[in-house]
Amino acid sequence: MTCDTPKVYKIHDKLYLGLSGLQTDATTLHQKLQFRHNLYKLREERDMKPSTFGHMLSNALYERRFGPYFAAPVVAGLEPDGTPYLCGMDTIGAIESAKDFMITGTSPESLYGMCESMWRPDMEPDELFETVAQCLMSGCDRDALAGWGAVVHVITKDKVVSRTLKTRMD
Amino acid sequence: MAESQYSFSLTTFSPSGKLVQIEYALNAVAAGATSLGISATDGVVIATEKKLPSALVDETTVQKIMTITPQIGVVYSGMGPDFRVLVRRARKTAQAYFQTYKEHIPVAQLVRETAAVMQEFTQTGGVRPFGVSLLMAGYDDNGPQLYQIDPSGSYFAWKASAIGKNMTNAKAFLEKRYSDEVGIEDAVHTALLTLKEGFEGQLSGSNIEVGIIGPDKTFKVLSEAEVSDYLQEVE
Repeated sequence: MTCDTPKVYKIHDKLYLGLSGLQTDATTLHQKLQFRHNLYKLREERDMKPSTFGHMLSNALYERRFGPYFAAPVVAGLEPDGTPYLCGMDTIGAIESAKDFMITGTSPESLYGMCESMWRPDMEPDELFETVAQCLMSGCDRDALAGWGAVVHVITKDKVVSRTLKTRMD
Repeated sequence: MAESQYSFSLTTFSPSGKLVQIEYALNAVAAGATSLGISATDGVVIATEKKLPSALVDETTVQKIMTITPQIGVVYSGMGPDFRVLVRRARKTAQAYFQTYKEHIPVAQLVRETAAVMQEFTQTGGVRPFGVSLLMAGYDDNGPQLYQIDPSGSYFAWKASAIGKNMTNAKAFLEKRYSDEVGIEDAVHTALLTLKEGFEGQLSGSNIEVGIIGPDKTFKVLSEAEVSDYLQEVE
């Protein structure tokens, strides 16, 4: 049995969604959102803005307020004008957008600690990758529930670079 | 003739392939007061005659041009009560969209949804089609837009169009006067002149209604005084 299921899904070139928690709910939620985005794309003839997607997701989660999806998302992407967008929410859709970082999943204390100390504004894509990688890897290594590594996607206006990291496999 | 044998039931096609009830609904529209719309480079104007049944009617309470969202306005020709039902639905659709996406509904999407409602009433038992054609004007990320929606549920985007009683003459007038480079102020003047063509009597701020959406992307119905000012510019 492997412990390397990816948990970040691509919605479109400038919008990625991370879902932690109960994997069956995460998978179903992702499928439902994909469905919604596909229809949106056909009707409106454009991709959804990350901020719009965040609000739609918040709304979708709250619809299940009294029987929620046990999945907590992080939405990351670039708005049409190029500005980065980052938001996270709890399992019932309480949305919070951030300029610096957003965390979801196990060992949050470790991750908050690492991100808070390592984040600085205006990082270049390579610096950003290093920072995210270090934060994730230190979070994974000391966490019994975390899996065998991470996948990091760095989204820029021209391309997305995805790299897989390997950590302790325990 | 054979057509009339099929004219009572909405959901039955006639031999020539028409749904006669929709044809009759279009007749109701053509009997209504003239309305028109012009799309300019930086905005859209819609206008209508406010033909009141008697001089005793308090015209300040009659509103034929309605706001659906701050970015979208609508005018009609045909049956007023049917129009109000559609406005109510359109407003609700727009708000539901905003609640879900926290983004204002694009004009084309609202037009689609409203047209879908109108089409539903041509394919359901026990109802009749709406006796109105709508001219929906809005300004979103795709620029200024003007749409016409018919009782059948079909819709078209127009650069300029007229519906109601005097529509053929009005459209002919618009065809001559319309140009792709016209700005919103000129469009208002053209709209007033077009209304004047088929109007019995003198145009004034109290017997027509004008709605504009300009580069500020906010739809507003002009006050009587503002309409009078534009009319003076046109005289």
